[in-house]
Amino acid sequence: MTGTELTAADQRLLRDQAPGVLAAVLRRYRDFAAAEDAVQEALLAAAQQWPRYGRPDDPRAWLIRVASRRWADEQRAAVARRRREELVAEIQDEPAPPPPTERDETLTLLFMCCHPALSPSSQVALTLRAVGGLTTAEIAKAFLVPEATMAQRISRAKATIQSSGVPFELPSPGETAARLGPVLHVAYLVFNEGYTASAGPELQRRDLAAEALRLARMLRRLLPDEAEVAGLLALMLLTDARRAARTGANGQLIPLDEQDRATWDRAEIEEGVALLGATLPRGQVGPYQLQAAIAAVHDEAPTAQATDWPQILALYTVLARLGDNPMVALNQAIALAMVEGPAAGLLRLKELERDPRLRDHHRLDAVRAHLLERAGDHAGAVASYARAAGHTASLPERNYLLDRALRLTPPRPSPFRGEGT
Amino acid sequence: MKYMMMMNVPGGPYRITDWPREAFQAHIAFMQRFAQKLSAAGELVGAEGLSGPDQAKLVRAGDKGQPVTDGVFPESKEFLAGFWIIDVEGPERAYALAAEVSAAPGPNGKPLNMGIEVRPVMSGPPPAENL
Repeated sequence: MTGTELTAADQRLLRDQAPGVLAAVLRRYRDFAAAEDAVQEALLAAAQQWPRYGRPDDPRAWLIRVASRRWADEQRAAVARRRREELVAEIQDEPAPPPPTERDETLTLLFMCCHPALSPSSQVALTLRAVGGLTTAEIAKAFLVPEATMAQRISRAKATIQSSGVPFELPSPGETAARLGPVLHVAYLVFNEGYTASAGPELQRRDLAAEALRLARMLRRLLPDEAEVAGLLALMLLTDARRAARTGANGQLIPLDEQDRATWDRAEIEEGVALLGATLPRGQVGPYQLQAAIAAVHDEAPTAQATDWPQILALYTVLARLGDNPMVALNQAIALAMVEGPAAGLLRLKELERDPRLRDHHRLDAVRAHLLERAGDHAGAVASYARAAGHTASLPERNYLLDRALRLTPPRPSPFRGEGT
Repeated sequence: MKYMMMMNVPGGPYRITDWPREAFQAHIAFMQRFAQKLSAAGELVGAEGLSGPDQAKLVRAGDKGQPVTDGVFPESKEFLAGFWIIDVEGPERAYALAAEVSAAPGPNGKPLNMGIEVRPVMSGPPPAENL
């Protein structure tokens, strides 16, 4: 087999091996930043050499060997600079690394990359590289920033971890739940970044959603008893199922009630629903499971009209009790309007307007606009749509809101001959 | 979140040529340090300086679609001298960076406190909502 590019199977294999290899190198040398660089170089070496010379019999051992050699080269250079030859001798005499317990090491890596000392965007970048096995160039492309910028972000994140002195070990069982929060959040951020694909580099960002699903599946394998891990995976599957239906041919947003439900991905829906069905009865209910449950109610409705809104309202009410989240409160108001009518929803919005986090948020205006439209107050709806359009940072959403507003304004003669309404 | 920071300066001919050389060099050094800092923080997406207003042309399509140029408008009040596109955690950080570059040193070495316009760069579709 000779070629210049990795096969898809080899690419998958490399990415799956990345965290285990890094963990092994790291356990041996204890220097996170250097180990991570060495593994990145080993992955790049594999991408260059495997297509030409074939995949080694034991890819994992090959990667660990190459990474260790790169690490040793780098240390030798550094040591030469610092004239500390004795360290090299010690390193070279070390026995081969013991077979690592892969589960613990990958988890430890994940906790390390999602350390609370890092900003969310740094956690995301580091996780994708160290655990996801993506190259800096791939991550940069996915986030639409120059490669040098992403490289710098990753190296700063590593320096922060280094200086914070986080030991490379699993959090105690008592800590795991608390430390799991940021890890799940990072996977969710990656998913959303991929899900919000913009028109241009769409393909790259779709890969990001796939990467998030892969991370969530990995987490699920590592922590099969954590209900929220299952909840997050279910939420991703049940949301991803609607991806194709969500945008039209020109990239325009299509709201849930206007989507072509025949294009929803049945396999993803079935997997998500089954996962949720096996998880919810265990009784450790958390926000990801509840959001997944809401997504499942939508996914299982054959038409928008058949949606079980009382069920969705009940789920949002439980979700609102778990934490003070203004977006949850807003969605609860929508569900209330669907159950009791727009007047009840508008009344609830009046209360929410007092929340400074929502007052100028475009979502509040967008929801008000929808409810006013349903209540028949078209002038009010147009004003709220326009205000929401002025506040959103998303171009497709702005166009969608403006289009809704124009739909409600009285018809005027069209300047385009033959296309008049 | 990505933001564009636009450095608007008073219109008219390039007044920086009237500055003392030291002040000019201090200004340029400040701007270089600022760009290095953004780059080191992993926050720089792109930055460009623009030529002076006397190089600007206002272009419109003529009746056959041909370019018709107009201008120069040295009398315009404000002129875009350059911009940065940054990728930061949120608006607070963007405002802090804008304030920092606003205080670039002027002809007498004191901060210019230029107006820096900060605007979010529009992104793709929002995350899915379960409406």
